[in-house]
Amino acid sequence: MGAIEDNILKEVAGLDALPAGAYNIRTNGASSARQTTANIDIVTKEDKPGIDIRIKPGTVNESVHIPVIVSQAGLKDMVYNDFFIGEGADVTIVAGCGIHSCGDADSAHDGIHTFYVEEGAKVRYVEKHYGEGDADATGKRLMNPTTVVHLAKDAQMVMETAQIAGIDDTLRKTTADLADGAKLEIHESVMTTGTQNAESEFSADLNGEDCSCNIVSRTVAKEQSRQHYTSILNGNNRCAGHTECDSIIMDQAYVLATPQLAAATTEASLIHEAAIGKIAGEQLIKLMTLGLSEQEAEEQIISGFLK
Amino acid sequence: MLELQHINYITEDGRKILDDISVSIEDHFVVITGPNGSGKSTLARVISGILSPDSGRILLNGEDITGLSVTERARKGISYAFQQPVRFKGLTVKDLMSLAAGKEAGVPELCDLLSEVGLCAKDYIDRELDGSLSGGELKRIEIAMAFARNSELTLFDEPEAGIDLWSFQKLIRVFETMVKKTDGNILIISHQERILDIADKIIYLRDGRIEKYGRREDVLPEIMGTAGGACSVLTEKMKEE
Repeated sequence: MGAIEDNILKEVAGLDALPAGAYNIRTNGASSARQTTANIDIVTKEDKPGIDIRIKPGTVNESVHIPVIVSQAGLKDMVYNDFFIGEGADVTIVAGCGIHSCGDADSAHDGIHTFYVEEGAKVRYVEKHYGEGDADATGKRLMNPTTVVHLAKDAQMVMETAQIAGIDDTLRKTTADLADGAKLEIHESVMTTGTQNAESEFSADLNGEDCSCNIVSRTVAKEQSRQHYTSILNGNNRCAGHTECDSIIMDQAYVLATPQLAAATTEASLIHEAAIGKIAGEQLIKLMTLGLSEQEAEEQIISGFLK
Repeated sequence: MLELQHINYITEDGRKILDDISVSIEDHFVVITGPNGSGKSTLARVISGILSPDSGRILLNGEDITGLSVTERARKGISYAFQQPVRFKGLTVKDLMSLAAGKEAGVPELCDLLSEVGLCAKDYIDRELDGSLSGGELKRIEIAMAFARNSELTLFDEPEAGIDLWSFQKLIRVFETMVKKTDGNILIISHQERILDIADKIIYLRDGRIEKYGRREDVLPEIMGTAGGACSVLTEKMKEE
C-alpha cells in the first residue's frame, strides 16, 4: 500500500500497522490483506461482493478490523458484510471507510453490514467515515452505509459511528430488532461543511420484553451544509427507548431533526429529545476568559461536543 | 494594580448601572459588596471585558486595557470566575482545567487544585461539565479553574452562591490560603460576612456608585449599620438567617 492508503487506514481504523487479531482490508473493491484467528473466520462471499465474519461462541477479548479504502477516482464500491457473533462472545469490530479522490469522477462506497448477535453476546462496533482528496480533484466522495442489527435474547451491542470530514453526500441507515433483554446503544457524531449533505435514519423495533435502546446523535453543521436526522423507536413490548439528537448549527447550514416514537403497548417507555442551536455565547466567553481566542474557543467546543 | 476611571455603563433601555466609578485597587484581597442590583456583577463583567463601558478607562498596571477584548485581557492576567458556571457538553473537567492552566494538566496537579475546592480528582477529571454535575460541583470546578490560572488579578463573582455550608467553611480557608500563596490580587464579589472579615479593603457599591471604599476595619462597621435604614423586619430576618 502507498502513503495515501496508509493515511486513510490511520484515519478510519487508527492503524499505523497491520492490527493484531483478525482483519480484512479491502482496497479499491478487492481484499488486499486478510488474517483470521482460531476463533474468528473471514470468508469471501461467492454470490455477491463482501465477506462473512464468523465469530465462535464464547470468543472473548478479540477484535476484528475491516477497513475499506477507496483511492481510485470513479470507483463505485458496493459491499455486503455479514457478521455472525456466537453465543456469549464479547468482541470489538472496527470498520470504517476512507475515500481519497484524485480525479473528476465521483467515488462511492456503499456498505451493507448485517449483524446477527446471538444470545448473551456482546459487540462493540466502531465505524468511522472519512474523505480526503487532491486539491484539484472535483469528483465527489459519496458514502451510504447501511447497518442491520439483529439482537437475540440478552445480546448487547454498542455502536459508535463518526463522520467528521470530507464526505460530500451520505445516507446512513440503521435498523435493528431486539429480543428479550437485548440492549442497543448507538452514538453517532457527524460534522458537515461546505455543501455537504448528511442524512441519518435510525429505526429500532423493540420487540422483546425488557429490551432497551438508546440512540444519541451529536452533529455540527457548518457553512452551507445540510443534515437530516430521523429516528423511530417502535415499542412493541415492555421496553425502554431513548433517542436524542443534538446539533450545533453554524453559518448558513440547515438541520432537520425528526425523532419519532411509536408505542404499541402501555408498557413501552419511550423518550425523545432534540435540540438545535448555535454555540452558546456564554461558552465562548468562558473559554475566552481562559485566554483562548474566539476561534480557538469554537474549535474546543466543537471537538468536545463531537468527542 | 487595577485602576478604573469614571466608568459609566448604561443598558440599552437607558438604565444607568454603573455611575462614574473611579477606584484604584492595589490591595491583595478586596471585596466588593452591596445590595442586589447595585451593579457588582456588571462591574466584574466590565473589568473582564465581557461588557464595554459607555465611557471611562480601565488600566491594568498603568496600561490602558479599555479597548482590549476578553481574550487579550485574559492573556494580560485577568481571570474571572462566573457566578453561574457554564456547562459544556463533551468537555471534561480535565479539558477545562488544562485550558485554564494553559497546559495539559496532570493527575497530581488536578488533585491539588480540585482537593482545594473539596473534590476528589479521580472522581471528577473524566466527568463532562454538563447536566450530570450538580450546581455546587460546577461552582467548585469554576473556582478551581480560576486558581489554576494563577493570574495577576482574579475576579470571583459570588463564589459562595450555590455552595453548601460545609463546603463554604472550606472555601473560606481556600481563599485564605490563596491570599497567602499568590502574588496576584483577588477581587471578590460577596455578601458573606466571613469573606468580608478576611478582606484587606472593602468596596461598598450602591445604585451603581461607590458609596464607601476603605480598609475593612473602617468600612465594615459602617455598612453593617446602614441596613437599619431599610425595612427593619427584613433586616431582623436576615440576621436570623
